[in-house]
Amino acid sequence: MPFDVYLNVAVSGLLTGLVYGLMALGLSVIFGVIRVVNFAHGEMMSIAMFLAVVLFSAFHLDPLIMMVPIAAVLFAFGYALQSGLINPFITRPEHSQFLLLVAVGIIIVNVLLIVFGPDARTVQTAYGFDSFQIGPLIVDAAKVYAGAAAVLFAALLFAFFRFTRVGAAIRACADNHTGALVVGLNVERLYALTFGIGAACVGAAGAMMTLIVDVTPMIGPTYTLLAFVIVITGGLGSMAGALLGGLLIGLTEALAGLIFTPSAKSMFAFGILVLVLLFRPQGLLGKRAA
Amino acid sequence: MNRKIRSNSARVTRRTFTLGVGAAALAAPSIGRAQGGPLKVGVLLPRSGFEAGIGQDCQRGVAIAAPILKSLGLPELSIMDGDTESSVETARARAAKMISDGAQCLIGAFDSGQTLAIAQVAEQNGVPLIVNIAAAPQLTEQGYKFVFRNFPTAGMILSDAFTDQKEVFAAVGHSPKTVVFLHVNDTFGTAMSKGINFLMPKFDMPYKIVDEIAYDPAARDLSVEVTKAKASNPDALLVVSRLNDAMLITRELVKQRWTPQAVLSMGPGWYEDEYFKTLGKLSDGPLSFVPWFDPNKKLAQTLEAALAKAYPGVNLNTNHVYTFEALLVAADAYKRAGSTDPKAVAEAIRTTNITDNVSIGGGIAFDAKGQNTKVKDGAIQNRSGKPVVVAPQAAANAKPEWPLKPYQSRT
Amino acid sequence: MAARLLAGLPRRAVIALALVVGALVVAPWIVNDYLITVLILILYLAFTGQAWNIMMGFAGQLSLGHALYAGLGAYIAAALFTRYGVGPWVGVLLAMPVAAACGAIIGFLAFRFGVAGVYFAILTIAFAEFARIGFDHLAIVNAAAGLFLPVAQYTHNDLWRLRGDPTMFYYVILAATLAVLALCRILRQSRIGYFWLAIREDEEAARAAGIATFRYKMYAVMISAAVTSFAGVFYAFFYNNLFPEQVFNISQSIQMILGPIIGGVGTLFGPILGAFVLTGLAESLTAALTACGVDLPGAEQVFYGVCLLFVVGALPEGIWPWLSRRCGIAERTA
Repeated sequence: MPFDVYLNVAVSGLLTGLVYGLMALGLSVIFGVIRVVNFAHGEMMSIAMFLAVVLFSAFHLDPLIMMVPIAAVLFAFGYALQSGLINPFITRPEHSQFLLLVAVGIIIVNVLLIVFGPDARTVQTAYGFDSFQIGPLIVDAAKVYAGAAAVLFAALLFAFFRFTRVGAAIRACADNHTGALVVGLNVERLYALTFGIGAACVGAAGAMMTLIVDVTPMIGPTYTLLAFVIVITGGLGSMAGALLGGLLIGLTEALAGLIFTPSAKSMFAFGILVLVLLFRPQGLLGKRAA
Repeated sequence: MNRKIRSNSARVTRRTFTLGVGAAALAAPSIGRAQGGPLKVGVLLPRSGFEAGIGQDCQRGVAIAAPILKSLGLPELSIMDGDTESSVETARARAAKMISDGAQCLIGAFDSGQTLAIAQVAEQNGVPLIVNIAAAPQLTEQGYKFVFRNFPTAGMILSDAFTDQKEVFAAVGHSPKTVVFLHVNDTFGTAMSKGINFLMPKFDMPYKIVDEIAYDPAARDLSVEVTKAKASNPDALLVVSRLNDAMLITRELVKQRWTPQAVLSMGPGWYEDEYFKTLGKLSDGPLSFVPWFDPNKKLAQTLEAALAKAYPGVNLNTNHVYTFEALLVAADAYKRAGSTDPKAVAEAIRTTNITDNVSIGGGIAFDAKGQNTKVKDGAIQNRSGKPVVVAPQAAANAKPEWPLKPYQSRT
Repeated sequence: MAARLLAGLPRRAVIALALVVGALVVAPWIVNDYLITVLILILYLAFTGQAWNIMMGFAGQLSLGHALYAGLGAYIAAALFTRYGVGPWVGVLLAMPVAAACGAIIGFLAFRFGVAGVYFAILTIAFAEFARIGFDHLAIVNAAAGLFLPVAQYTHNDLWRLRGDPTMFYYVILAATLAVLALCRILRQSRIGYFWLAIREDEEAARAAGIATFRYKMYAVMISAAVTSFAGVFYAFFYNNLFPEQVFNISQSIQMILGPIIGGVGTLFGPILGAFVLTGLAESLTAALTACGVDLPGAEQVFYGVCLLFVVGALPEGIWPWLSRRCGIAERTA
């Protein structure tokens, strides 16, 4: 196969990987700080995707612009979910947390099914069919925009955690829960805030994702799994790791699909996951647990 | 909607949960007792779960059936709706429940695995099952006496597809020399793939398959697959996909700036309403070789009109047609049996001979295995937002067009 | 032997147990076909839940990919039957060791490399998914098109080949569930059971006390895997068709563990109670919604999810511990 085919596929995979990375970033923040296994992560993203679809079909508002309000709505949702429902479960054993969030996931999927019906919805923006041609490279325009938006959002998030006091407080909670309590941080409120931020990431990623894929109520669980694979591969607690993990998974899936058979491409993602879990459990960019 | 749901007041069910056990429930089995009155038909479809869209579409065929059946002078049916939840276990349990609730005939269930589970229950209880849609050959190869299928098997779909393709090629004066076979890696797609390798040599097709690409049914992004297909530079694209994939593939074709001479689909998706609605002008052109209705048949026209009235904007398609025909078979058999006894109904179904039907082909009649061998597939082409039938000649209402108009020049 | 099994149970509990088992044994004579099907489902979930419980409840390892073992059991037995005519009871003899070996591999990889907790759970998911996609491409078992067992007849019950009436299947799964219950009881009361308890409570302390934690964790995984594979064999011969997409699906894994978690992880009767509650709830919801004329696909699952939330929230240890205390049939030992 000529080289430009590989190049096209690789670029496409990397761009999609950026959006995956943003979604995983939300999970990394939640998992890394609160240590709650959010098995409803993909389902939350599907809420965001449906919001984008509805806003687009009703008011013709571009998802990239709507990214911010949708992220805000998801933030509120995440905040409420954490403080209202999940908080008592932080100290409970993992299987309880798991069941709680599975139940939340079931409810989300089926409420979406009732409200929107089972058919796939799409967002057909004006640039939805555009592509850029640069030499032998034909790049999907929507993916470029989505990828760029993902990078922008991630950068904002970095800045938040790096340069604001609240961000520092959250990082403190993650590093040392007891220490944070001792120092007088309102850990409960910070947890809720963190979940909200994680949800906002997922919301933004969802808005961008509608440019690349179509939405059905049932896609949530697939993305939950993907998010976990990326987060673990990239490294827990490392935001750059989540993005890197996203890029890596996006790239390998695309190339594996090209070289081998596309229907088996998920196997490679899982294969990478197993390798990482065995040989570098802290992930590519993660720190070893204390 | 003209259906009655029989309430469960005849049975008292008590469960207590102490010591980790539910108490046994007492019930008088009312398995298909022959009674007077409408025939109780249980319709099992995947109305939730991942096949929900199709199940709910099939349901439309049920919803519009009653007045039409009445106008044909057929007796009334009492419909019981069941949801298989797209799961084999649930399908089996629901079928058992319907039978114990008095269903005298079952219809279902679109998915081959779920249909097989239902078939076992039906066979065990001596209640006839009319399969509306399911292509796995095994359904009519098990030696069942109570399972009847008014739908082609995967092998029949392929054979007719090849025949119709040659007819289309002859009509337009072109044939593709090379194709790439792109298919979804699920039950139907894999069955078609196996069938193609087995049947194609027997039909002496003018094209060669230069590459076979299978993709994951859960895939939401088919850019890699389309890139791979494009890299082989085939004349045409042979596809077995579903609705979402069809839309994704088309979008990728546009984005990657490649228009093959034709898209030859041998499965669902490319002719469905959502496809037309979402893609607009980009939806024109693909050919689908699928079980379809014959627009020249009177009953088909009646059905189409009824659907348009009840669900404006919804095109008549395979789901509606075959689900309706299953009800037609049930009502017709009930009339000839003159009794609601499931065994009598089954015997009547065995001798069905309906020529005034909706689907393409010689009508509805079942062979010794319970398969309708007279049903034929048609070739439909997307034209201006609606599918038109271009082959076989007897059922056609339009001429095929070739090649596909380049996507980039359609705005 | 029965005395040993029942030692430590208060008298009330023994009577209650006898009543329940008795009711289950005579059920097919009283109950109609539909309820037999439901009971088979319940017992199947109870069986797999109990098998999963060995790994989680007893040894503290959270497995979210248990469908892998059931799927392996199903496919191995089914393939042997369709290709070589080998009956299921012989097929099981091959399926169990293979499943145990798979469990051993996963366990070895996990425990040697220190993968624990959530990471272990995700590792198990990865392996199950691997199997799903792998079998989707395995031509020898028909890949994604599905493996169909020839269904010959219903006129007589063929226990050797597991062909026949649902009632026959009912007794098979009932016997199996009772057997696995007895097995769990024996294990719990044995040395291995106490080691497991120690590992579950505090692995480091257990190791410090001299328990070969690696070896006993491996035993837990292997036993759990082997027992689960029997359920797979049953599944294959009862439903007669297998699709990798459904058999290895993560939703199957989740189904298997809902029972024990709701009923009570680590307890003896928890998984069975949980299975009854969940299936009973699901079927009752369906019946209730149909009776009310509500025709909304998905509504039932929403209620189901809400009920799950409620149970998980209000009864964190599961229903069985709470219930047994209320009814005064809790075991005297811890």
